[in-house]
Amino acid sequence: MHALRKRRLMVIASVGFVLLVAIALILFALRDNISLFYTPSQVKTGAAPLNKLIRVGGMVVKGSVKHHPKSLAVAFTLTDLKQTMRVYYRGLLPDLFREGQGIVAQGKINAKHQFVAIQVLAKHDEKYMPPEVSAALKEGRQ
Amino acid sequence: MIPEWGMLSLVIALIFSGLLAILPSRFLKNKPEFANHLVNCYALGQFVFIGLSFSILAYCFLVDDFTVRYVMANSSLSLPWFYKLCAVWGGHEGSILLWLMILSFWTGAVALFSRSLTPSLKVKVMAILALISIGFSLFILLTSNPFWRQFEVLNVEGQSLNPLLQDIGFLFHPPMLYMGYVGFSVAFAFAMAALWEGKLTTTFTAWVRPWVLASWCCLTLGITLGSWWAYRELGWGGWWFWDPVENASFMPWLVGTALIHSLMMTQREHVFKAWTILLSIMAFSLSLIGTFLVRSGVLTSVHAFAVSPLRGLYILVFLSIVIGGALVLFALRAEKLMSQAKLYWFSKEAALMLNNVFLVVLTFTVLLGTLYPLIIDGLGLGKLSVGAPYFNSVFVPIMLPFLAIMGVGVGLKWSKTTVIVWYQNFKWLILASLVLPVAILMINQIQLVVLPLAALSLSFWVILTSIKACRLKHWGMMSAHLGMAVTVIGVCLSSYYGIELDMRLKPHESALLGNYNITFEGAEALKGPNYTGTQAIFKIDSGKDVHVIYPEKRIYTVGMVPMTDAAIDVTPFRDIYIALGEPLDEGAWGVRLYYKPFIRWIWAGGLLMFLGGLYAMIKRRPR
Repeated sequence: MHALRKRRLMVIASVGFVLLVAIALILFALRDNISLFYTPSQVKTGAAPLNKLIRVGGMVVKGSVKHHPKSLAVAFTLTDLKQTMRVYYRGLLPDLFREGQGIVAQGKINAKHQFVAIQVLAKHDEKYMPPEVSAALKEGRQ
Repeated sequence: MIPEWGMLSLVIALIFSGLLAILPSRFLKNKPEFANHLVNCYALGQFVFIGLSFSILAYCFLVDDFTVRYVMANSSLSLPWFYKLCAVWGGHEGSILLWLMILSFWTGAVALFSRSLTPSLKVKVMAILALISIGFSLFILLTSNPFWRQFEVLNVEGQSLNPLLQDIGFLFHPPMLYMGYVGFSVAFAFAMAALWEGKLTTTFTAWVRPWVLASWCCLTLGITLGSWWAYRELGWGGWWFWDPVENASFMPWLVGTALIHSLMMTQREHVFKAWTILLSIMAFSLSLIGTFLVRSGVLTSVHAFAVSPLRGLYILVFLSIVIGGALVLFALRAEKLMSQAKLYWFSKEAALMLNNVFLVVLTFTVLLGTLYPLIIDGLGLGKLSVGAPYFNSVFVPIMLPFLAIMGVGVGLKWSKTTVIVWYQNFKWLILASLVLPVAILMINQIQLVVLPLAALSLSFWVILTSIKACRLKHWGMMSAHLGMAVTVIGVCLSSYYGIELDMRLKPHESALLGNYNITFEGAEALKGPNYTGTQAIFKIDSGKDVHVIYPEKRIYTVGMVPMTDAAIDVTPFRDIYIALGEPLDEGAWGVRLYYKPFIRWIWAGGLLMFLGGLYAMIKRRPR
């Protein structure tokens, strides 16, 4: 019986150890890899942190998209119908990126208070609005 | 009238399911033979009528019956006929009907291949499968009826299938995935029946194993196909995004893998019976959660429930009845199945147990990452997203020791192995798996980095130990373990040594991608059956030979949806992947260029795992 108890203890200990390591990893990873969503208004009022990965969403303002003539750098303006903000990006824009379309950009606000995107997301559906964006727009309209 | 027939046959099938759930058990005591006969008849009836209903929906798609709302929303006149067939499961309603049809298929298969079961067990298993079928039939009839009609002619073109889904990968991917998901219902029904009877015999575990393997195989193939489809079709060269939709299929796979291993233990050593039962419940529960998560739209927002409250409520109630009921039954009856386990810390059982612990922990981390944004949003604490970096930084460190144990476990004996004897047997393999990757990378003059090197060493370790185990003639296990290692090699090399370039290229301009010189030769107009667009010509010069590939930018006429159709130059050891971004001034294009070494190995590994599972399923195990 004693040996059996010892073995059981071992099973529980090993399971507990793996679980503990996993939980530590999860907490560690969650701390660094969560990106919170902000609207252009929140960014304008300074609610969004500097130099931290965040997502912003809104509608791309018509006529605001400017491509660099020599490189893939591009800048455009996002609006939640209350405030606007400029987004800087270098790379390829997704297929469904269009003026007047709702998009979400992931990136950081740098020391010069410019939002530099590392990823621009537009869902693959012309009728689709990212839920955060449609909520932000609804709020903006009121 | 034809769509109404589809609905009617669904109702008839529902009646058959009801009969199957209730009636046979009444005859069990007095006329077991008759009960058995009834079960077979009802299962057949259920299968035939659900199949009929599904065929009628497919027929509506083929003849473009736009009075059926579901057809109009998911098909169009200009869609080629085989994509019209795909479109049957392109939306919510059709995919749930597909789910139901596959369930009736599995139920019929159980009826057919269960001669070795006692009638009482068979009747119970079938009753539980029938109950699940009733749940789904009612769900379709009450909340998601694909045969719903409207008689105003609103849009004669149809709203078309999402162009992304117009791909050969999509023809097979969802049915395969569903075969896997739903297949776990058999193991689940068995677990329930075992709890109901209060005992778990050896014939039982031997009987359930091929079913688990069959659904695991389908799931493996489905996930592999899905990953390949995402790589080709989503346009940007990713093969796995840790997207909630993918996670939903990955979690049952992880638990299913654990279940295969724990079944082995239960069958050989009669231990971990209750645990095996619990895993069966978990696998099916995760499949159910996965189906609903993906198909109800909760993932994009918890508020999707508000769009169709009845559907949301039904799902919640159904999930809590199935999962909650199963867990309550487990809690009440598991005591009867508990066995005194003898466990030596250095034995095959211990390795298998660790395998289970790791797989369940991995599932748990994926589940947490997938549900975390939903929970936070549901509690009104803000909107956030948990991205791929979370999953990578949690998954990779757990995977590495897991691979090490995988290799060790294969070489261990049942009940007890001495560490020293084991070390004597395996020291050369340990050395080889440490030295070989370094040597191979150095010969090819590739930079040595710690993490990929560790992953490579462990993959070699798994490969070498599997090969050494060939004298056991467990070819299924060998193939599956080799597949795992091959996939890990593919993942690790393609992500660490791949090159990605976003460029602006004018016609006749070149770019250097690793050792390849890539020239943009120009672009031409393109006209397809239901799209127009641009086709570009790229020359890939490796110094030895020259390949030409043609990436496309398509614009689908219905809805004017733009789509990137990437072109890939494939060899077993590397892909060159070129995708067109957007047209810029002076005939220039924004272009994405990828060099992806060993990326094919990811799917080759998946295929090996599938073949291993298939072999293990077909082969008779020695008693």
